[in-house]
Amino acid sequence: MTARIAIRNLWKEYGDQVVLERLNLEVQPGEFCTIVGASGCGKTTFLRLLLGEEAPSRGQILLDGRPLPAEPGPDRGIVFQRYSVFPHLTVLRNVLLGPELKGAPLTGHLFGAARREALDRSRLMLDAVGLGRALDKYPSELSGGMQQRLALAQSLVMHPEILLLDEPFGALDPGIRADMHELVGRLWRESDLTVFMITHDLKEGFHLGTRLLVFDKLRHDPDAPQAYGAGITYDLPVERADQRIIREIETEVAVTEAAMFAASA
Amino acid sequence: MKRLINQRPSRGTAVLLGLLPFLILALVYLIASDARLAANPNDKLLPSFATLGESIQRMAFEPSKRTGEIELWVDTWASLRRLAQGVGLAALIGLTFGVGLGALPLLRAGLAPFVAGLALIPPMAILPILFIVFGLGEVSKVALIVFGVAPFLIRDLQQRVQELPREQIIKAETLAGSSWQIILRVILPQVLPRLIDGVRLSLGAAWLFLIAAEAIAATEGLGYRIFLVRRYLAMDQILPYVAWITLLAYLTDLGLRLLSRRLFPWYHDKGAP
Repeated sequence: MTARIAIRNLWKEYGDQVVLERLNLEVQPGEFCTIVGASGCGKTTFLRLLLGEEAPSRGQILLDGRPLPAEPGPDRGIVFQRYSVFPHLTVLRNVLLGPELKGAPLTGHLFGAARREALDRSRLMLDAVGLGRALDKYPSELSGGMQQRLALAQSLVMHPEILLLDEPFGALDPGIRADMHELVGRLWRESDLTVFMITHDLKEGFHLGTRLLVFDKLRHDPDAPQAYGAGITYDLPVERADQRIIREIETEVAVTEAAMFAASA
Repeated sequence: MKRLINQRPSRGTAVLLGLLPFLILALVYLIASDARLAANPNDKLLPSFATLGESIQRMAFEPSKRTGEIELWVDTWASLRRLAQGVGLAALIGLTFGVGLGALPLLRAGLAPFVAGLALIPPMAILPILFIVFGLGEVSKVALIVFGVAPFLIRDLQQRVQELPREQIIKAETLAGSSWQIILRVILPQVLPRLIDGVRLSLGAAWLFLIAAEAIAATEGLGYRIFLVRRYLAMDQILPYVAWITLLAYLTDLGLRLLSRRLFPWYHDKGAP
């Protein structure tokens, strides 16, 4: 079976600052990868590379065996921490937008039967994320959690192969976060989606997903913290992770975080 | 007693406080006018309210003896038509180029420095060129407004487009949007209310260019009239005209604000969940 995502010896550099180095990874369809690590260890850069928003400095990313397109596309959905929804469209139209863009290259609007079909699909999707009663609201009338539900529905209605989540619940209250975890877990199980989720919260990583990726500096130079990039220091199936490993990872991430902070201060 | 920074007027008090400067101005005028007229009944500088009233009656409601038309309405119609044509055209140009420059880096690289240069030319300095090229008719007046307002609108809208969160554009790309579709469905609808904001801001400049052009070469129009009667020191005509222009400017602004609220409720109800 071809890996959904295969990464071969990937480097990412900005000038003389190395962000990621020697990254190798294979992810199979249907895997749910949670990515944790200290700030500044290239988690978001990694997601932007998968998105096609950034190009690797060296190395290669393959999507289903073919080189990854160099710009974002409908095969990779994304939910950011903020600004993922369109403020000028109601909830229903936010979700309808994807099918409209796909189905009407020139006008960006669907009409007649095609529109009715797309509307039905959008409503079903919104029911699935629990927004079935807010169809005519504008995003500014929604709470943060509801906006993230909307962003999820918007992406999933397009049936992407890969869903990228960039700290999607970072700005939410703990109770709402738990609801969102349950929702994402359910939506993922019901599809053959491959998920990459960045999180700041290690517990979240063990709670959700099948595989945990820890991004951390491979080498430290206290005088030049930017000289060495980060890589994947742990790559474990979630069921194999026990308390001891969690504590180990927590300590290492904290050490890197402190080193990065000291360097930037 | 609360601190001054925490004392807020009630609604009624706010309206009263707002009216106060206008009333004071009217009162000061009245006193000054009375004093001057007492000294010299033929004084033209500060006509009495009665004289102003007669002039308004004559200008706004009685056909002119010379042309048989009601001057104020002819002037108003001529000026508003020029203003609407000029600002409308400038808005169209501003929207087209502003969105293009904001959304397409290649176009921006090619045109942004040129537009920036264009915006630096004082519009009044090219008025003679416009008169030479387009003649003394309507076109040169409309062209002056366009030239004066469009560069500002282009640059303003380009800014607004570039201020849209990058995340939104990326999101639209992951929803299969092409450049054209993203401009049409994501960028354009979001900058329309910002275009109205920009037009409201540039109306003052548009009036300035209109009145300047009319003062120099016209046969009717609000600006033409006040500069014409200036020769006779006809303050009784100039003052009502200035008040009328001010009122028109206020009503235009109010109309645009209400239009924007009506058409783009999502733009005005931000952060009110």
